[in-house]
Amino acid sequence: MTTPVLEVRDLNRKYVSSGGLFRPAKVVHAVKSVNFTLQKGKTLAVVGESGCGKSTLARMITLIDQQSSGEILIDGDKVDASHGVSKVMRQKVQIVFQNPYGSLNPRQKIGEVLAEPLLLNTDLSADQRRQKAMDMLIKVGLGPEHFNRYPHMFSGGQRQRIAIARALMLNPSFLVLDEPVSALDLSVQAQILNLLKDLQDEFGLTYVFISHDLSVVRYIADEVMVMYFGEVVEYGTRDAVFNNPQHSYTQTLFAATPRADVPSIKARLAKKAALA
Amino acid sequence: MALLDIKNLTVSFDTSAGLFKAVDGIDVAVDAREVLAIVGESGSGKSVAMLAVMGLLPSTATVTADKLEFEGLDLLAMSPADKRKIIGKDIAMIFQEPVASLNPCFTVGFQIEEVLAKHMGLSGRAARDRTVELLHLVGIKDGAERLGAFPHQMSGGQCQRVMIAMAISCNPKLLIADEPTTALDVTIQKQILDLLVKLQVDTGMGLIMITHDMGVVAETADRVIVQYKGHKMEEADVLTLFENPKSNYTRALLSALPENAVGDRLPTVSDFNFAAELGGTQ
Repeated sequence: MTTPVLEVRDLNRKYVSSGGLFRPAKVVHAVKSVNFTLQKGKTLAVVGESGCGKSTLARMITLIDQQSSGEILIDGDKVDASHGVSKVMRQKVQIVFQNPYGSLNPRQKIGEVLAEPLLLNTDLSADQRRQKAMDMLIKVGLGPEHFNRYPHMFSGGQRQRIAIARALMLNPSFLVLDEPVSALDLSVQAQILNLLKDLQDEFGLTYVFISHDLSVVRYIADEVMVMYFGEVVEYGTRDAVFNNPQHSYTQTLFAATPRADVPSIKARLAKKAALA
Repeated sequence: MALLDIKNLTVSFDTSAGLFKAVDGIDVAVDAREVLAIVGESGSGKSVAMLAVMGLLPSTATVTADKLEFEGLDLLAMSPADKRKIIGKDIAMIFQEPVASLNPCFTVGFQIEEVLAKHMGLSGRAARDRTVELLHLVGIKDGAERLGAFPHQMSGGQCQRVMIAMAISCNPKLLIADEPTTALDVTIQKQILDLLVKLQVDTGMGLIMITHDMGVVAETADRVIVQYKGHKMEEADVLTLFENPKSNYTRALLSALPENAVGDRLPTVSDFNFAAELGGTQ
């Protein structure tokens, strides 16, 4: 078996709020013993409601936040954060955030946004950085004319493309996508999802896709992990989870998702007519 | 006679780049006991049209209409004082961000009682009892204890319930819900939608749901208006819209739903040609 791109063993995160003079410290167990492995070229979707710990998990695997206990292995190498995370490790992980309006510096031109990771992490010359940034811009469906523009000149969908481009500049082992389409319109959402699939096919990218939208997850994921109050309550292939959910919470989640198919609408209208 | 009857509504904003028409000649009619969904993407003018009805637009906006009537009363010609007696009482609105729409400086009890005092003349004990009753109605069972809670002490779903309680406090004839569940989790969304539909059936009020979510439309609406760039693209009852959409734009929206994906890629709105449907204005 090949080495998984990402392996997580018994990962925990506790947040301790400092207590006062007469108040005991409070411990919030945000993520409780999470285990999973992710192979190259696959997409793992993490599903759950606000407060379930999915973003905390994302922060830990992107090495932004340290775990309380447990191990993270990237390309088979254990992340040792005790002396600070090494530059090499940092390059292997990139993240795309939910809000494309907040994740780009308004005073930085797009070309600089894309070239900055190269400036910080590689020895490439200014010309090479520029060329690489330009190539990436075209790969994510924007044009060379966008190179010298500022973030405010772009729509939400275009900004999310820029954020994806920036994340891909250093050829990361895997990409964490934290609700990448939930701030976007339906038609733009479709374009970004298509872009993510195109990029995955072309470069064999590996995604950890965090979302609360089950229809998006069903479309993009290979494996699905459902979290509830910090715990993984369901973990399996997409088809297994969607066709045969085991945990009652997963079933509740599916039942709550609005259905836009004709038979469901007919059933609802019939029910309403019977009430009236 | 329709409860709310709008003919040829146009809202334009005076911007530095010239006049911008956010809503361009839209007709809307809602009856009592009806759920109308107005669906569209951002920038389609769906919220602006309803804010125009409520009179909540900034002064840079110009509202014109051939007809803007609520129960036969002309809202455009009405004096502001008369309008204030209707807005908030007979026509109420719920907004997208429940936590941001409540005043963080006052308790939720105070904020609901304020509405009751203004429109119903209730005060003291009577207002408090009615508030507890309203909170109970929207599913906050320990209403008496929650009266003293501030918005930040409640979850997003609870705040939205408070907003709904406030909106229905004066038994409105028309409730306008502007993306009422967009900021909420799916399980909470389900509860709020069920609550709104139940209240609508029980009280017989008209309900306008403004949303971008086709799932919400399918779960709540009787009739649907699809808007794009300030124009009405299609109006149909909910079953017809999903079964047999007339407009290319509606078809594009429906096929962009991930659950309707056929094959490996999603069709996007730009794959469909609907420029002609905008009436040659674009």
